Amino acid sequence: MKFGVVVFPGSNCDQDTYDALKDVFRQPTVFLWHKDHDLKKVDCVVLPGGFAYGDYLRSGAIARFSPIMKEVAEFAGRGGFVLGICNGFQVLLEIGLLPGAMIRNKNLKFLCQFVHLRLENAGTAFTRTGTAGQVLRIPIAHFDGNYYAPPETLRDMEARRQIVLRYCEPDGRLTDESNVNGSLGAIAGIMNKEGNVMGLMPHPERAAEDIFGSRDGRVIFESLLKGA
Amino acid sequence: MKVRILVSLKTSILDPQGQTVKNALHTLGYDRVRDVRQGKVFELDLEGLTEEDARTLIPEIGDRVLANPIIEDFTWQILDKA
Repeated sequence: MKFGVVVFPGSNCDQDTYDALKDVFRQPTVFLWHKDHDLKKVDCVVLPGGFAYGDYLRSGAIARFSPIMKEVAEFAGRGGFVLGICNGFQVLLEIGLLPGAMIRNKNLKFLCQFVHLRLENAGTAFTRTGTAGQVLRIPIAHFDGNYYAPPETLRDMEARRQIVLRYCEPDGRLTDESNVNGSLGAIAGIMNKEGNVMGLMPHPERAAEDIFGSRDGRVIFESLLKGA
Repeated sequence: MKVRILVSLKTSILDPQGQTVKNALHTLGYDRVRDVRQGKVFELDLEGLTEEDARTLIPEIGDRVLANPIIEDFTWQILDKA
């Protein structure tokens, strides 16, 4: 499976993501420059973490107007796989490929820590090697990860099983304390109706090898590869 | 023409920054402050625009770029017609 990692000015997890895909999962991987229009025939586009355009205006708000995002949106519309991690998730929300929006973390702090995540839907192209209810330990690093969607949108998302990951306790319980950024419904990761676009605030590429202290992020990439 | 656009979180959405400012004001004894909402201000300098043009253009810019309509509302006013 060929992966393309988009590089915006201000991306800072592009190299980590590239290394995970190329060296850990041994997949052909290329960088995609934000000013280009060529997706280089990749099978999956990854929008990495970072602070594209300094997160000025709103996180992801300027990056969504990058030339390459027009191609990414068309690629997603044709059913191509798109994965947005952290800042990449914020870009997918701003461009409307995923429903909802992000506001500042409830405690107004930049949160850089391991969190526990409950896998809500293990039937997706991004999670099929996992099991429903499984608890994953993956780090987060963000300021604006407080997910919001209007009530009617959230109802639709629940009904269509678009909520993929929720912040939880190590045993899988949902509590106010484990919902570290105050997200509505403790939402940490979602997908689109069609199931080919996923966004998540945690960083699976930072939990892909033992040296990182967790291998739980592998489920996202291994699921994609299983379907390829 | 100079236009000022004020973007703020919708009233239905909790504003954690506004809440923190409110709490700070209460700590300082300003207990008559009932609520605080924090927002962003943009001042645009526009060339060769009539007021009628502005009524089309500004809402478009606001909806498309300056505000995220899912979480934010905006208001605007003309500061200077020249």
